[in-house]
Amino acid sequence: MLSKSQAKIFFLGGTLVTFAIFLGLSWNSLSNEVPKKTHEENLSPQVISGKHIWEKNNCMGCHTIMGEGAYYAPELTKVYERRGESYIKAALMSKTPWAPRGRKMVAYAMSEQEANDVVAFLKWIGEVDLNGFPPKPDLKK
Amino acid sequence: MKYKSQKVAYWFFALSILLLSLQIIYGFIMAFAHMGYDVLHQITPFNTARAVHTNLLVVWLLSGFMGAAYYIIPEESENELVSVKLAYLQLVTLALVGVVAIIGYHFNYWEGRKFLEIPRPLDWLVVINVLTFLGIILVTLFKGKKQTTTSLVLTMGLVFAALLYLPGMVWFDNQTMDSFFRWWVVHLWVEGVWELIMGGILAFLLIKITGVDREVIEKWLYVIVGLTFISGILGTGHHYYYIGVGKIWLIVGGIFSALEPLAFLAMALFAISMYRKGEKKHPNKIALSWTLGTAIVSFVGAGLLGMAHTLPGVNMYTHGTLVTAMHGHLAFWGAYGMIVLAFISYSMPNLTGRKYYDSNAGLLAFWLSNIGMVGMTVAFGVAGVAQVYLERKVGLDFGDVQKEIQVHFAVLAVCATFFTTGIGFYIYEFIKYGTPNDEALEKIAS
Ligand code: HEM
Ligand code: HEM
Ligand SMILES: [Fe+2]
Repeated sequence: MLSKSQAKIFFLGGTLVTFAIFLGLSWNSLSNEVPKKTHEENLSPQVISGKHIWEKNNCMGCHTIMGEGAYYAPELTKVYERRGESYIKAALMSKTPWAPRGRKMVAYAMSEQEANDVVAFLKWIGEVDLNGFPPKPDLKK
Repeated sequence: MKYKSQKVAYWFFALSILLLSLQIIYGFIMAFAHMGYDVLHQITPFNTARAVHTNLLVVWLLSGFMGAAYYIIPEESENELVSVKLAYLQLVTLALVGVVAIIGYHFNYWEGRKFLEIPRPLDWLVVINVLTFLGIILVTLFKGKKQTTTSLVLTMGLVFAALLYLPGMVWFDNQTMDSFFRWWVVHLWVEGVWELIMGGILAFLLIKITGVDREVIEKWLYVIVGLTFISGILGTGHHYYYIGVGKIWLIVGGIFSALEPLAFLAMALFAISMYRKGEKKHPNKIALSWTLGTAIVSFVGAGLLGMAHTLPGVNMYTHGTLVTAMHGHLAFWGAYGMIVLAFISYSMPNLTGRKYYDSNAGLLAFWLSNIGMVGMTVAFGVAGVAQVYLERKVGLDFGDVQKEIQVHFAVLAVCATFFTTGIGFYIYEFIKYGTPNDEALEKIAS
């Protein structure tokens, strides 16, 4: 039967080996894949400013982006493509809660420039190569 | 209780239970919002309620872990805590940082990164707080007479949990990088180092409750935490499928995360077989229920329901839907909520010297909360599967789908009421025990 010291070696050895592989794969992803798949050259100051606004207001507290966030409001990865710039800006600049189907969004009353920055961020997100996510609805007629 | 300083644990448990109650209130706010009654929109919009709900969860669990460590480490290392004053200071500052963060969430003071909403300036206070905690634990442990495997695994879990908080504090311009490192905190916590904490606490409870030989229990503890890391570290890949990194993660994440349930299965089998093997019949039946319960429910919530959506082909459709919320609830509850409540139930008679073993209120607390949580899981699950089908397969609009599934949130609220009633009984019991006192010293052998 397995002894306690063998069990300990299993734990320490297994951890070290998998952790080393994990670091290697992570290094490869971050240095080789991310710049290409996310089109890092398009990360303009405006996109970055949009990301700041996105975080400052915790948009992820209702929406998902790249499938991460909350499940109260629509997935926004492809929203630029789906709704277009003016629709998004109207939602962000509205002084009363935007509520197309009754469910209320916080009224941010953003300035034109803030709204443009967020749109730039969402446009950039929409162009990231997400290995096929979100899926195309295959039963849609 | 064998050491006077173990009494500190009580106050961490009290904080833990208080925060759990608040967490539940914010859960109801969100359930009503999903039902179409977003009545508190002006003061507590959904994103505020959510940030408060999940952050309170994390803080009450951490407070519970810290209390458990303050109880376990003196007893295992046969040494009083090196500084009780510092431990109380650490408790008060933990509560303060928590309160400031939660008030801030009501005034748009946060960082919108799921689970890591605490703003960076406050993060530094968290770091100082946790360093104080670890300092007390480490010095007590290594100045003590013994360093048992149980206490080492528990401490290792706590130290790694602190280290893994750091990658979440770095700022990135690229959302993909942000997400990549957010998972080093969130995933490597719940599917890695927190399992060490859970394993350590579970081993301690099994040693005390079943009376099985320590050597046997600790051998299996190594096997369990070995399985945890071997599957869980590379299993991080199941969050890297669709965030803008390469396809290699579909394979690595798919294979290794599919092995993660093994660690939870091992934990369940371990608890059940030690219970069977045990000759000692410990009178604290409530603690025994929670101890076996946590091992079993964590396997269902984390193992089985995690497995249900971890393969890339499934996750493509379920990623970021209510299916995730279904799994999140039962996993967090089974693995970490229940282990904290198990430990509190075990330690209360020892801390206060009052032996209210198997009371009816205690059993009701166990059954009602668990039945309620399973019901909530089913409600989230039904809503989630319907959402996936209608939105991702049929291609209906998000808002239209949400209207269709509103009714499941009424079911959720009913089950949540059961759950809350159970927690109510738990709190009643907790208060009935009264506060810890030195008369309880050595009165109880284990
Ligand atoms: C006690 C252990 C666990 C806890 C507390 C837990 C909790 C959670 C939570 C809260 C999320 C949502 C995270 C976010 O979106 O930020 C999540 C996601 C996920 N979990 Fe777990 N989990 C556990 C174990 C597992 C295991 C063992 C598996 C696999 C077998 C698993 C598979 C997944 C998957 C695939 C996702 C991503 C869902 C998505 O794409 O939206 N989990 N988990
Ligand atoms: C009265 C009880 C509760 C109710 C009504 C409730 C309800 C909710 C709701 C509506 C959400 C938000 C889902 C969304 O984004 O749309 C949520 C999130 C969450 N709750 Fe609860 N909850 C309750 C108790 C708990 C407990 C006891 C735990 C843990 C043990 C918990 C853990 C979580 C987690 C981890 C999330 C985030 C899930 C994710 O992002 O996938 N909740 N809850
Ligand atoms: Fe995970």
